[in-house]
Amino acid sequence: MDLMEYQAKDLFAKHGVPVLPGSVAETSEQARRTAEEIGGQVVVKAQVKTGGRGKAGGVKLAENPAESEEKAEAILGMDIKGHTVHRVLVTQASDIAEEYYVSYLLDRANRTFLAMASVEGGVEIEQLAVERPEALAKIPVDPLAGVDAAKAAEIADAAGFGADVRDQVIDVLQTLWTVFTSEDATLVEVNPLVKTPDGKIVALDGKVSLDENAEFRQEDHAAFEDKAAADPLEARAKEKNLNYVKLDGEVGIIGNGAGLVMSTLDVVAYAGEDFGGVKPANFLDIGGGASAEVMANGLEIILSDPAVKSVFVNVFGGITACDAVANGIVHAFDLLEKRGDDVSKPLVVRLDGNNADEGRRILSEFAASAADGVIEQVDTMDGAARRAAELAAAK
Amino acid sequence: MAIFLNENSKIIVQGITGAEGTKHTQRMLKSGANVVGGVNARKAGQELDFTEFKRDAVLTVYGTVAEAMEKTGANVSVVFVPPKFTKDAVIEAVDAGIELLVVITEGIPVHDTAEFWAYAQSNGNKTRIVGPNCPGVISPGKSNAGIIPADITAAGPIGLVSKSGTLTYQMMYELRDIGFSTCVGIGGDPVIGTTHIDALEAFEADPDTKAIVMIGEIGGDAEERAAAYIKENVTKPVVGYIAGFTAPEGKTMGHAGAIVSGSSGTAAAKAEALEAAGVKVGKTPSATAQLMREVIQGI
Repeated sequence: MDLMEYQAKDLFAKHGVPVLPGSVAETSEQARRTAEEIGGQVVVKAQVKTGGRGKAGGVKLAENPAESEEKAEAILGMDIKGHTVHRVLVTQASDIAEEYYVSYLLDRANRTFLAMASVEGGVEIEQLAVERPEALAKIPVDPLAGVDAAKAAEIADAAGFGADVRDQVIDVLQTLWTVFTSEDATLVEVNPLVKTPDGKIVALDGKVSLDENAEFRQEDHAAFEDKAAADPLEARAKEKNLNYVKLDGEVGIIGNGAGLVMSTLDVVAYAGEDFGGVKPANFLDIGGGASAEVMANGLEIILSDPAVKSVFVNVFGGITACDAVANGIVHAFDLLEKRGDDVSKPLVVRLDGNNADEGRRILSEFAASAADGVIEQVDTMDGAARRAAELAAAK
Repeated sequence: MAIFLNENSKIIVQGITGAEGTKHTQRMLKSGANVVGGVNARKAGQELDFTEFKRDAVLTVYGTVAEAMEKTGANVSVVFVPPKFTKDAVIEAVDAGIELLVVITEGIPVHDTAEFWAYAQSNGNKTRIVGPNCPGVISPGKSNAGIIPADITAAGPIGLVSKSGTLTYQMMYELRDIGFSTCVGIGGDPVIGTTHIDALEAFEADPDTKAIVMIGEIGGDAEERAAAYIKENVTKPVVGYIAGFTAPEGKTMGHAGAIVSGSSGTAAAKAEALEAAGVKVGKTPSATAQLMREVIQGI
């Protein structure tokens, strides 16, 4: 989960990384009051999870509380690269003498952590890494040893921090490491880390990504979720513990196993090329077990998506054999009808694997007797994807 | 032969008394795997009756991995313990010196995985870790460590390595008439023990494996690095499949590691790298199985 700047800075402050005083505001009125509390010049910053806020006009300097209100009024509701601004951060303005960069991240390729630091901060770091790789120090960090004063000094010296700021930067590198480990982050980044004209080091902007697998020991992280911004179908799926991602096509997808479902999206998109470019409407993995209730919950979410014109249920019977999966689909229909849900959208089912013949027999019987012809079975994944795309295009 | 796991493998289950541990111990035994015991410190000394699934299979629960190994001669452990205890379970097994450790558990914080991986490295890397968040390893007809269904395929000359469980099953099933030497599910987490390259290296050295299927998915650069490895080191024919061509940037597709960020980790880049290394890449799982069928017919 990626955090917004104000959330990242709250975590920085909690662990002792120096930040400027500031507070988040959801109304222009709040922005004025925050500016009054801070006193003097403030910066009003749009809180969205995308870069280039400054260029888009989402970051403004305000001389006084009245101006803070004015600027907030202009920024709230603005669209920045498809993200609507619902909040602004009002923070003390600061003069900048130097801009630096520091971060910790997961290094997947080397299966360890990595520290990155540069005395040329404030720019896009991807750009710096390409254009002047020698200006960006990259130091592996052993997950068992962590970052102590000596390791922090190694990172600071590799990046070439001057003697005037070295001790402060070493402190920041250690406290930032605490943020990284104690919050179960996969990325903590300060860009820019600045030196003010009076020689103080401050984190002026920050980015933090948190590991959702760690939620069982990071109970307060749930509060960081931006429920308002989430897609309503995704929010409902999450409540039901479904692994669902909304996409922008017309063919609803249910499958078991993340890899198989990803593959199903691809196969449907290929098939859709022959039917006016219909595409998958979602990713939904109901897992290896595929119980009737999970199937019903999944179908309910997908059938309630107005963009969905046909549904492709793609299940490989491995751990759960196909006859159990077929019974699950039958029960799912019963459950949905009892709940009063509309089940009239065409459903293409592909069952393969253990007891496939028995599973197909159960479904054929059900399709003939009860489901009013909405269920069709196709034996191969490629063929079923084609049929689902065709049905979506015909609607 | 086979890789990592064979008819001499003796398996213990860490977390054998939990629901998943019990269910899959039953399945492993039923498929003929030699499961010889379990571990749970709080239930040490219990005897578990699995005779319904394999004749004479009454398994003892030991307090530690070290004790289980000493009493049973086990050289493989399969881990089913919940995420919050997995790091300790892995470190215990590494300390005991187990040869092969298959970590099935899903949802482990990546800081924990990075720590136990670093720990295994610092201990001389004597334990082969597969996973976490993986379906395990099966050498059909010989042994089965994990949750891969044994009855969907047969023994044969194909080696398979995959990030995805159900795509592994799909491929095993489509090619069941030809069969597999070993199938290795390496898992879809951002940090994993055994990689595509480790499995490719072992398959290249295994005389029973004649051709290799490699299944990857979006995220990271493991497939690109595997492509570079194949180009330099693998003489056996390799057929590949990559899932996630239509996955949008910034959305995690089920597996914690399956996310496209910026220009890196895309399926197109991975397929391109594999093709440049001489790997035939299928457009769909069935098309990939067909490519393998042609490769085997040509041998």
